[in-house]
Amino acid sequence: MSRYEAVIGLEVHVELKTATKLFCGCSTEFGKEPNTQVCPVCLGLPGSTGVLNKRAVELAVKAGLALNCEIGTHTWFDRKNYFYPDLPKGFQISQIFRPIAHNGYLDIEVNGQEKRIHITRAHIEEDPGKLIHTGESITTSFASYVDYNRSGIPLIEIVSEPEIRSGEEAKAYLEKLKSILEYTGVSDVKMEQGSLRCDANISVRPAGTTTFGTKTEIKNMNSFRAVQRAIEYEIDRQIELLEDGGTIIAETRGWDENKGITVSMRSKEDPDYRSFLEHEISDIKLTPEWIEEVRAALPELPDARKERLVKEHGLPAYDAGIITGSLALAEFFDAVYEKYPDAKTISNWIMGELLRLLNARNLELSQAKITPEGLAKLLELIKKGTISNKMGKEVFELMFEEGNDPEQIVKERGMVQISDEEQLAQILTEVIAQNPKSVADFQSGKKQAIGFLVGQVMKATKGQANPGVVNTMLRNMLAEK
Amino acid sequence: MRIKAEDVEKLALMSRLELTEEEKAAYTESLNASLDYMHSLTKLVTDTVEPAVHVLPMVNVFREDRVEIGLDHKQALANAPEAEAGSFKVPRIV
Amino acid sequence: MQLYTLTVHQLSELMAQKKISSVELINAYLERSSKIEHKIQAFITHTKEEALAQARIVDAKRMQGEELSPLAGIPVAINDNICTAGLKTTCASNILNSYIPPADATVVTRLKNAGSILIGKTNMDEFGMGSSTEYSAFTPTKNPYALEAVPGGSSGGSAAAVAAGEAAFALGSDTAGDIRQPAAFCGVLGLKPTYGYVPRTGLISYASSLDQIGPLARDITDLALILNAILGHDPKDSTSATVDVPDFKAGLVNDVKGLRIGLPKEYMEAGVEGKVAAKIQEAVKQLEDMGAICVEVSLPHTEYAVAAHYIISCAEASSNLARYDGVRYGLRVEAEDVLSMFMQTRSQGFGDEVKRRVLLGTHVLSSASYDEYYTQALKVRTLNKQDFDQVWTQVDCLLTPASLTTAFKIGEKAQDALAMYLSNFCTIPVNLAGLPALTLPFGLADGMPVGLQLIARHFDEQTLLRVGYSLEQNTDQTSLKPDLDRE
Repeated sequence: MSRYEAVIGLEVHVELKTATKLFCGCSTEFGKEPNTQVCPVCLGLPGSTGVLNKRAVELAVKAGLALNCEIGTHTWFDRKNYFYPDLPKGFQISQIFRPIAHNGYLDIEVNGQEKRIHITRAHIEEDPGKLIHTGESITTSFASYVDYNRSGIPLIEIVSEPEIRSGEEAKAYLEKLKSILEYTGVSDVKMEQGSLRCDANISVRPAGTTTFGTKTEIKNMNSFRAVQRAIEYEIDRQIELLEDGGTIIAETRGWDENKGITVSMRSKEDPDYRSFLEHEISDIKLTPEWIEEVRAALPELPDARKERLVKEHGLPAYDAGIITGSLALAEFFDAVYEKYPDAKTISNWIMGELLRLLNARNLELSQAKITPEGLAKLLELIKKGTISNKMGKEVFELMFEEGNDPEQIVKERGMVQISDEEQLAQILTEVIAQNPKSVADFQSGKKQAIGFLVGQVMKATKGQANPGVVNTMLRNMLAEK
Repeated sequence: MRIKAEDVEKLALMSRLELTEEEKAAYTESLNASLDYMHSLTKLVTDTVEPAVHVLPMVNVFREDRVEIGLDHKQALANAPEAEAGSFKVPRIV
Repeated sequence: MQLYTLTVHQLSELMAQKKISSVELINAYLERSSKIEHKIQAFITHTKEEALAQARIVDAKRMQGEELSPLAGIPVAINDNICTAGLKTTCASNILNSYIPPADATVVTRLKNAGSILIGKTNMDEFGMGSSTEYSAFTPTKNPYALEAVPGGSSGGSAAAVAAGEAAFALGSDTAGDIRQPAAFCGVLGLKPTYGYVPRTGLISYASSLDQIGPLARDITDLALILNAILGHDPKDSTSATVDVPDFKAGLVNDVKGLRIGLPKEYMEAGVEGKVAAKIQEAVKQLEDMGAICVEVSLPHTEYAVAAHYIISCAEASSNLARYDGVRYGLRVEAEDVLSMFMQTRSQGFGDEVKRRVLLGTHVLSSASYDEYYTQALKVRTLNKQDFDQVWTQVDCLLTPASLTTAFKIGEKAQDALAMYLSNFCTIPVNLAGLPALTLPFGLADGMPVGLQLIARHFDEQTLLRVGYSLEQNTDQTSLKPDLDRE
């Protein structure tokens, strides 16, 4: 047991899934040429005025409710004043004093232990633009380019209480958060496109104490795995430093993915943002009735869906947890189940083959070619004995890569399983004749010798013989001798 | 209550303004004159008064989430002091 | 007949009767400018060729019998903090010296749709920060009544242009009295509409919770015609009101019988110049003779309004002007790194008074001073509004001086920023409360125009016009003309 306890709070920025920006009608589409989705408002041109996107408010409320937050009936926007080249107005419009949602929680499970992580607040704000550096990094660049396509894209920032204690918990928190936001349609939550970004505040303290140590803020983590690694590294770094009699400096550190370390970026001077109310943007007043309507319209959330898979289909909680952890996976499961109502078998194929291939190829489910209908047909073929389970795995991989119909694959590759006894009898007779030693071994009691003989039959049939049938027939034939 | 030259220096950095020593001295004096005047408000007891933010009510002024045509790329960069690679160019940041 | 002295509705009539064309009218104004602009220096940019081209289009439409707005073919000057597409818009600042907006302000679009001819962009105090146009980065504008006097500000160029016959009307902006005080100093009419009644889209912000665009003109009927064209909801501006716009021209009445007019005692006790006070008394008597009921009222927090306004305007300005960083538009001073580029660009781009207000704003918003200054100012803003709410239970409008003095001399206050700010004592409470107010000339005192200010309830511009129109129809004090040919 470590003598130290880590105290971790996460700040997660999530892009809301709107068609347009927070205060102007510019498109939020990802990946366009720089500065082609801009207007006077999001460029901060003199004289520009903005109007709040209604959809962004609705999505933020949805997110807040799904995270068990209280929703503010009267909230507003404030200006956070600071200078940076990617910030076109010299201030960011955010909700400093009255967030749209506060005081929520989500439940995570780590090593079979359930834990509740509280959410301090979730507020709406606009994204700044994007800097592209001419050199390798910001520190080695002689100049930078600014692209304001992202300027003004609506975000919610979700701030957790400092209740996370390990990198593993942080990862579980993020995975849960991601699936909730995905289920509610609030965000695409794609870390690689920047629609989900996470900063971690980390400090350590002697186990059993309650005061907070000096914290560092870690940035630049591009995956959940990176968040976990960065936190683990940073905890060790801080503990080592303290053990060596050093002191932690309050600073912002960046995660270096290649080196697997955090490096100091700048000291945290605690800038005075001079925040004050944004008088040019409307206040938001929500009635309790409207909030309840939104709550009632929330879709089934991950926890409830998991519960359902366990109760209705008898799936193990572990499997149900994995499947419902991703909306795409959960929907895939349901779609297969509609055609082939054998939950455990489906679950085995998803947990086994599907996830194995997705991980190996580093793909999202949407990028794989296999369809739920295809998988249902494949399971049908295996059940009927047309192909073996082993063949099925081969077919599955082809379906995953190319999306072909399983029946067609089986036909094209001549993968049909031979179960016909008459057809097999001749081959078996030949194998028995060619392997007198094995036959003798078997008959003298070395029962395992049968395996070799089955293998020979499989070889002779290029793997098409039904091994079960071959086994039974061999036993019968050798017994007769 | 009065501010000193070093306060003015801090304010100038926060405001991204570079001041000469003479300017710092002049602003210290003139800002104090204004601040003294502003400070007269503290004579009023306002414990029970709500701060006015909007003089006229402004609640739930929304727009629909519909894409509108913004500036074309050339217009967007038309006023840029320095543009390159379709972007605004700035000198090194750190 | 000197076309440049006529009102918009008179010119409109002449054009409708085909006695003059818009091209002739524009030429008359351009000629007038060529004679006197070097004395007045009301303009930052003139739009000669483009104005004539637009006038020809209006004339052609008229020849084809198209029905035209009363503002069609009329030369208008626009304050240089209101965006005009393709035409330099500087805010009289070096930092925007070469800035060309991609789009027109909503009010400019509305005037262009009405067929008005943009004749130029007018001088002002930099970003609207000042009361004399002496804080223009380019040149001070002169008062047409006395070239050694200021025209007032910040919309001093617009007021001087209308007074001197360089534009038939103008649009200015009003944050602290920036339309009304210069209108009063230059002997023309100025109206600050209710906050939100005129769209602010395209108005370059100084203190956006106080800023409002409004007209400067030569009589009440003209103001009514302009309000008809520029008021009304703009979906691009969150602060834009959704209140209906009446036909102000049709609503003009020469009748104040039974109207209750309040005379706030705090204004008369604030050190108003004797000659100004005398003119106010004269106006009160006139109104009473016409059947109005004038009563003394009290707005007890008036003395705190300037300080509250000062804090709020500087706070907002420090934030609104943060966008001028040399990245996307405007001046850039090249430097090694971004921080030095920001610092040098802003130091060289902004004038002294702008820097002063930005520093003040940064101070009152910084965490150590926030409650003491900023929050307290917002509370006083509430008290100020409550004062007005209270008097509206007693009277229909208020009459005050537009300024405690007539136009002061150039150089008199330029070195004393606080004295400059205090020169807007009479106009500032109106901006804090978002109310509509009108200033109109009421004769001369020692050869300089004296202005009356009328204040009404939110969205009750009609009462302002009613009182103004009645004064205009029953006295000869509201229509003044400077003698610029004396030298």
